[in-house]
Amino acid sequence: MANKAYQRVYTQLEAITKATVTLKAKGVSNDELALVAGKLAQVVRTKGDNVTLQIFSGTEGIPTNAEVRFLGAPPSLKVSEQLSGRFFNAYGEPIDGGPEIEGEERQIGGPSVNPYKRRQPSELIPTGIAGIDLNNTIVSGQKIPFFADPDQPYNKVMADVALRADVDKIILGGMGLSNDDYLFFRHSFEAAGALDKIISFVNTTEEPPVERLLIPDMALAAAEYFAVDKNEKVLVLLTDMTLYADALSIVSNRMDQIPSKDSMPGSLYSDLAKIYEKAVQLPSGGSITIIAVTTLNDGDITHAIPDNTGYITEGQLFLRADSDTGKVIIDPFRSLSRLKQLVQGKKTREDHSQVMNAGVRLYADAQNAKTKLENGFDLSDYDHRCLEYAKEYATRLLSIDVNIKIDQMLDTAWELFGKYFSKAETGIRQALIDKYWKN
Amino acid sequence: MAKTTGTVTGIVSNLVTVLINGPVAENEICYITVAGTRLMAEVIKVNGKYAQAQVFESTRGLKNGDEVEFEGKMLEITLGPGLLRGVYDGLQNDLTTMKDVFLKRGEYTDPLNHQTLWDFVPIAKAGDKVAAADWLGEVKEGWLPHKIMVPFSFKGDYTVKSVAAEGKYNIDATIAVLLNGEGEEVPVTMTQKWPVKVAVKAYKEKPRPERIMETGVRVIDSFNPIAEGGTGFIPGPFGCGKTVLQHAIAKQGEADVIVMAACGERANEVVEIFTEFPELIDPHTGRHLMERTTIICNTSNMPVAAREASVYTAMTICEYYRAMGLRCLLLADSTSRWAQALREMSNRMEELPGADAFPVDLSAIISNFYARAGMVVLNNGQKGAVTFIGTVSPAGGNLKEPVTESTKKAARCFYALEQNRADQKRYPAVNPIDSYSKYLEYPEICEYLDNAVEEGWVDRISKAKNIVRRGREAYDQINILGDDGVPMSYHETFWKSELVDFCFLQQDAFDAVDALCPLERQKYMLDLILEICDKEFTFEDYEKCRDYFKNLINILRQMNYSQWQSDDFNSYREQLSKLLEENGK
Repeated sequence: MANKAYQRVYTQLEAITKATVTLKAKGVSNDELALVAGKLAQVVRTKGDNVTLQIFSGTEGIPTNAEVRFLGAPPSLKVSEQLSGRFFNAYGEPIDGGPEIEGEERQIGGPSVNPYKRRQPSELIPTGIAGIDLNNTIVSGQKIPFFADPDQPYNKVMADVALRADVDKIILGGMGLSNDDYLFFRHSFEAAGALDKIISFVNTTEEPPVERLLIPDMALAAAEYFAVDKNEKVLVLLTDMTLYADALSIVSNRMDQIPSKDSMPGSLYSDLAKIYEKAVQLPSGGSITIIAVTTLNDGDITHAIPDNTGYITEGQLFLRADSDTGKVIIDPFRSLSRLKQLVQGKKTREDHSQVMNAGVRLYADAQNAKTKLENGFDLSDYDHRCLEYAKEYATRLLSIDVNIKIDQMLDTAWELFGKYFSKAETGIRQALIDKYWKN
Repeated sequence: MAKTTGTVTGIVSNLVTVLINGPVAENEICYITVAGTRLMAEVIKVNGKYAQAQVFESTRGLKNGDEVEFEGKMLEITLGPGLLRGVYDGLQNDLTTMKDVFLKRGEYTDPLNHQTLWDFVPIAKAGDKVAAADWLGEVKEGWLPHKIMVPFSFKGDYTVKSVAAEGKYNIDATIAVLLNGEGEEVPVTMTQKWPVKVAVKAYKEKPRPERIMETGVRVIDSFNPIAEGGTGFIPGPFGCGKTVLQHAIAKQGEADVIVMAACGERANEVVEIFTEFPELIDPHTGRHLMERTTIICNTSNMPVAAREASVYTAMTICEYYRAMGLRCLLLADSTSRWAQALREMSNRMEELPGADAFPVDLSAIISNFYARAGMVVLNNGQKGAVTFIGTVSPAGGNLKEPVTESTKKAARCFYALEQNRADQKRYPAVNPIDSYSKYLEYPEICEYLDNAVEEGWVDRISKAKNIVRRGREAYDQINILGDDGVPMSYHETFWKSELVDFCFLQQDAFDAVDALCPLERQKYMLDLILEICDKEFTFEDYEKCRDYFKNLINILRQMNYSQWQSDDFNSYREQLSKLLEENGK
């Protein structure tokens, strides 16, 4: 942060909490940044002459006579093509040893797109994972999170998705990433030779939690630059949004706000929506797609974080360990892509949606058969066939280690239908059966 | 009179404290000047020399000492011809005329076009005695007769001095001159302003609703109908089809004017409306759906305070068209987001919270709002109606939360969307047992249904509901005791309820034919289904029973998918008769 001639300096703090300091100051504007004993802070409240600042890296070691310098502007990011291939911290400063970025300085957390100017998302984003492409197709301009328990390999799946997706830029916003995961992302991007189209903003677990609050806005400011100014297709990865929400609750707690459900701030919905709604299909052809991770506590989706997320995002992808095959699969029942019908059968083969529905329905029948088996009832021939089908369907299509083209997914599904079922049992429209049925 | 002014002395997010130098009113609008831009705000609390205002925009860069100017009036919107087809934000700014891709802070656009010329035909004549909301003339807005009225804010009696002759005028032209009690001349144009938080009461009386509003959705119209001028709400966890159901009602609802308030929801859902509605045809009039639709759009990323304003703006537009003797339908998605906006403000003002940190008067605010719906008799004896359906997004899908509970007290119809039904893809996922319509208890509605559908219709509906209820009980027993462990009659009871469920309650909102089922067709299908349920069947074993009913269900569903009384439809009907002759008496 450059020093400027007219900076106002104060040296008397009135109050200090874990995350905030309060002092008497004049002419301070809302959301403005300041340096408190060299630590970056932001104005969150003014009351008369009393100004409350939130210190991103925590208030440890800040004395009451600390020097406070107001910087006169809200947080910003310098944007230009130079961002490509670089790694930054939550303040937008390089952490890869490279040079400073030169470019136009833009405020982060900027205004929303006029809903009337948006276009309906209509471009498929293929990932090679059948649990996504076949059953929960992702569309450019969509926002969708992975709901996963902490022990599941969500960061690996995200990295796979990012590297296979046909996009111009990938922007990673890492919040509370373990150092190992950060290095994992870095190595996979390097190994794929895709570094030049990737930009990363990273806050690791070693860094203070409140800093995380800047990460999504930094990542999305960069995304807006490439999508709006350069008309590019941008994919933004945000992991882990649960840790972001936890940081929100820390700040609101320090500001004596009354918590609502699950000790989250009452504004959680708006705070999350502000981030996710940056996903957009622009009239000029550029787009921002957001794929996020929301970690769950033992699969509980009624907790305030996944619950509010579910109301905001356009579906969710559930990761689950399948006990029958030992694979991690994309759960076909609880996962949903709300925009899939915009591309299925339109940008993909005509039989897509019927094959998808039949595949999931038969898998559901297998679950019923399994319940019957567990309850000690006799199984019919159909039940047995369903169970066999389910194993192969989970291994060859639902598993996250699958990497094939959509037409191959459809062909695989037809192959399984032909192997285990009669034409009538699939319930697929006759015209499609005639064309695609495999014996 | 000089305007009250003030200076900013405190800022927390979008709540601003202002030191004032004169009188201010609760809910008064003020403008805060920040770096040359004027930001609109609304007073929500006054304490001594300090007023607290919620700013409808981002407060970034606002400073203590910034100047504030009070307007001396509450949040108002402009009413006049041209509102239909409009796309507005919560403060009635026209989103279609904004140039930038991004919303610009402090950019306020005019809601109505001042150049458009309207074909005016006078109704009142010189010498007529008139009062607020009386009709002076008429213009054609699309195909709807849009009445030009004595402004709602006019108190007392007036005499018409002159009315403009038939001809083309823009909205600012004086189309009538009235004389007030003191004999002073008062000009009237085609537009008027009204404060959104005040209910329009310029009508003779508000009787009980007397007929139902058809939506073409079977589980609503037959099982739990909503009255014209009635209120209803749809709570449901995410992914249960709330939005699909609301859009179905918007497309098919039997109303002259539809106002959709997208309140704190996904922007792409509104984009879907922009993209699809202009292509769609209103099934009742054959006109384009957009011609009768106004969209108020304050999506989840737009400023929170304007979310609250958006539902009031939408309601005021409905009340305006109701005063023309039209039937309006207001759909608000979702009222939970509005309640959350109230919670955020209440929290910033450090008020003592109620349950789940919502303000304690949440219940009162919600019921006041629902009370603005209703059928009214206008001064001239004609009738108009505002039907209101809101969605609620209960936290964690749990219906025992403050917004759902408060709404349950206020709304007369309850359409509970159920996760379990949605998981089984039984759409619309409206729970047939827990949902209710209080209107079925109204003798005047029962009488209406006796005439409009058939004698004893309400009893037939309770019978169908009972079949579903008994089917559930049988299903529980079968699950506990096993397929072989229960008498055959249990299987039959269960499958009869599945018949009602699959062939009547479930409906494909994406199928061109099935999506819209007129009441006449609903009656035909329900009678047919009840007739089958009245029969007693004999089966060798439960698998035969299942297969037989699956066949029945398949044929009935094919009927639902076929054009009403087409050859296909009739041939399925014959297949059904044959199948029924094989078994059953």
